[in-house]
Amino acid sequence: MTDAGVTATLDVPRDRSAWLGVVARQRELSLVAIMVVLGALVSIAAPQFLTVDNISQVAVLASIVAVAAVGEALVVITRNVDLSVEAMMGLVAYCVAVSLENHMFGAPGAILFGVGIGLVLGMINGFIVTILRVPAIVATLGTLSIFRGVDYLVAGSHQVPRSGLPPGFTDAAHNDIFGIPIFVFIAVVVVVVGSVLLRWTTFGRQFYAVGSNPEAAAILGIPSRLVVFVAFALCGLMAGIAGVMYVIEFGTINGTSAGGYTLQVVAAVVVGGVGIFGGTGTLAGAALGALFLGFIANALILIGLSQFWLQAIYGLVILVAVSADAYILRRLQRAASLNRSR
Amino acid sequence: MSAAVGPFTEGRSWTRLLARWETLLLVALLVLIVLGNALSPFFLTSGNFGNLIAALMEVAIMALPMTLIIIAGEIDLSVESMAGLSSAILGFLWAAGVPMEVAIAVVLVVGVLGGLLNGLLVARGGLPSLVVTLGTLALFRGLALIILGPRGVSDFPPGFTEIGFGHVPGTDIPWPFVIFLALALILGVVLHRSWVGRQVYAIGKNTGAARFSGVRVARVKIGLFVLTGLIAAVAGVILTSRLSTSRADAGQGMTLTVVTVVLLGGVNIFGGSGTIPGVVLAVLVVAVMQNALRLAGVSVDVQSIALGLLLIVSVVIPTFAHQAKSAVDRVVGGRPPPADSVPRGERALS
Repeated sequence: MTDAGVTATLDVPRDRSAWLGVVARQRELSLVAIMVVLGALVSIAAPQFLTVDNISQVAVLASIVAVAAVGEALVVITRNVDLSVEAMMGLVAYCVAVSLENHMFGAPGAILFGVGIGLVLGMINGFIVTILRVPAIVATLGTLSIFRGVDYLVAGSHQVPRSGLPPGFTDAAHNDIFGIPIFVFIAVVVVVVGSVLLRWTTFGRQFYAVGSNPEAAAILGIPSRLVVFVAFALCGLMAGIAGVMYVIEFGTINGTSAGGYTLQVVAAVVVGGVGIFGGTGTLAGAALGALFLGFIANALILIGLSQFWLQAIYGLVILVAVSADAYILRRLQRAASLNRSR
Repeated sequence: MSAAVGPFTEGRSWTRLLARWETLLLVALLVLIVLGNALSPFFLTSGNFGNLIAALMEVAIMALPMTLIIIAGEIDLSVESMAGLSSAILGFLWAAGVPMEVAIAVVLVVGVLGGLLNGLLVARGGLPSLVVTLGTLALFRGLALIILGPRGVSDFPPGFTEIGFGHVPGTDIPWPFVIFLALALILGVVLHRSWVGRQVYAIGKNTGAARFSGVRVARVKIGLFVLTGLIAAVAGVILTSRLSTSRADAGQGMTLTVVTVVLLGGVNIFGGSGTIPGVVLAVLVVAVMQNALRLAGVSVDVQSIALGLLLIVSVVIPTFAHQAKSAVDRVVGGRPPPADSVPRGERALS
């Protein structure tokens, strides 16, 4: 596996590029370090940044992206991509909101309904990619359009207002368990459970195997198509959870809800160090990437830049993250070949 | 494939012509036109033709360089944002009192620079074009938002709106369609009749082999991205002119249609094959389909379902056709290859 190969070549001490190895291996730590430094700078300019209220608001919003990013990371680790995340979230959000408005379900039923829809949508993606053998980018660009179209078809011009939801439903966003907002709790649970399964189960390791070398994985008898199918299904499931969280957080839902989330989710995954060529990266990295983006958005508003800057900065963050990854990888490979020739 | 040629050459070439993707598109186009005509008596009028084609011309124009990029094995998702950035800059400069000619020149330079950024990151930086152009998709749109903000600029001079809105004198043919055909002709000749085109196919089929046979892969790829950026900027100018409004969100969602048109045109998403005539036919198919759906009262939002299905189906059909064909070949095959399909050298040896 790529990550194991990289770390093995780095154990040579006093290497000039050793610090790069540290950065490469500890993407999560580097992200936290960048956030701490930036946080210190921002809080000098805008003291309200470091208040409990502000930080928990950032964390709550980032949790929605983080949950979806965990699903996306699973897909990207298998060397695929899912561009339909925002459409899945939007469709789930509208179905949940409208079913609550019409009293079809109680709150728990509606939540299950939404997560179930997400799972089915994810399985549709998985089916198109693994059974119909359409490349992931084409398949999910198509379903991005199809799911959004279905959303419009179902919703029409109807908008579910916050008052249409049962009283108390939207409070969950701000309730907390032991001082931690419930949303953050959900994101942490998703990351921990996902990471444990990915790291310590055979099926989890197969995600990395399929992503880092599909041919070798096939020769080893790994059921690649099943793994990819499950990755897409889980991505849908996560988008479903994120869609439900979106309803709880924002309350007012229509056919265009959750637009633009795909970009944030993919950015979070790329920034979080999940290699776009598959086979590397962690779910915690993807979640931290989401937190990083949320943090930047918040900092921008606090230092008084208009929200119009946000889109451009997301773009820059993606470009910088992939460029840094490629640079580090190239330096490491050069160092490794030097070591071998020594 | 060549093994199947032999006693059945006549019949085979006929079936091969039928099985060509372009032929299928032509049939689909005719079927759609007949259906559309059944839907509304206005469908076949030239005025309606002008309308149906004009609404798709920005997409069609951007699909042409996208064809070359995808054949070369890359993709550019940022075209819609470059069109939006182009529209925003045009409006901003015009509102600031800059003459239209200068503003258009600036916009085209920005298109070249944006394409250059994509090209350098992909070809020199060795980064995946999917991620790079997803990044610039956000970056260019963000710049458009920063430049123009939420406002719209719409007091353009009549001479300018003629570019996108006007027709060739005496006909119902919109000017953008003329621009599209001219571009299609130029790029078609470049792709199918010049060494540049052969290099593009070579890169898409096997980048390593192309490099070893002396193709300057990075340079060709950068050139393709620059061309795409430039033409996306042109599309932005046409869009602004056709709607006579400049907005920061102009062109949002167009990339999907552009990629759909290119893949429907028979271009392989993994690179190496595809033709400009195929893409031109695909443009007509999509234009006729959208118009038929509109006449049938399907809203624009819901039409995205048809578009998404079309995108997926246009990849599924060739895949399964290929599988079916190789299955048939396996059954039919087994007999020795006819004499003239054996290369000369081998025959001389035996």
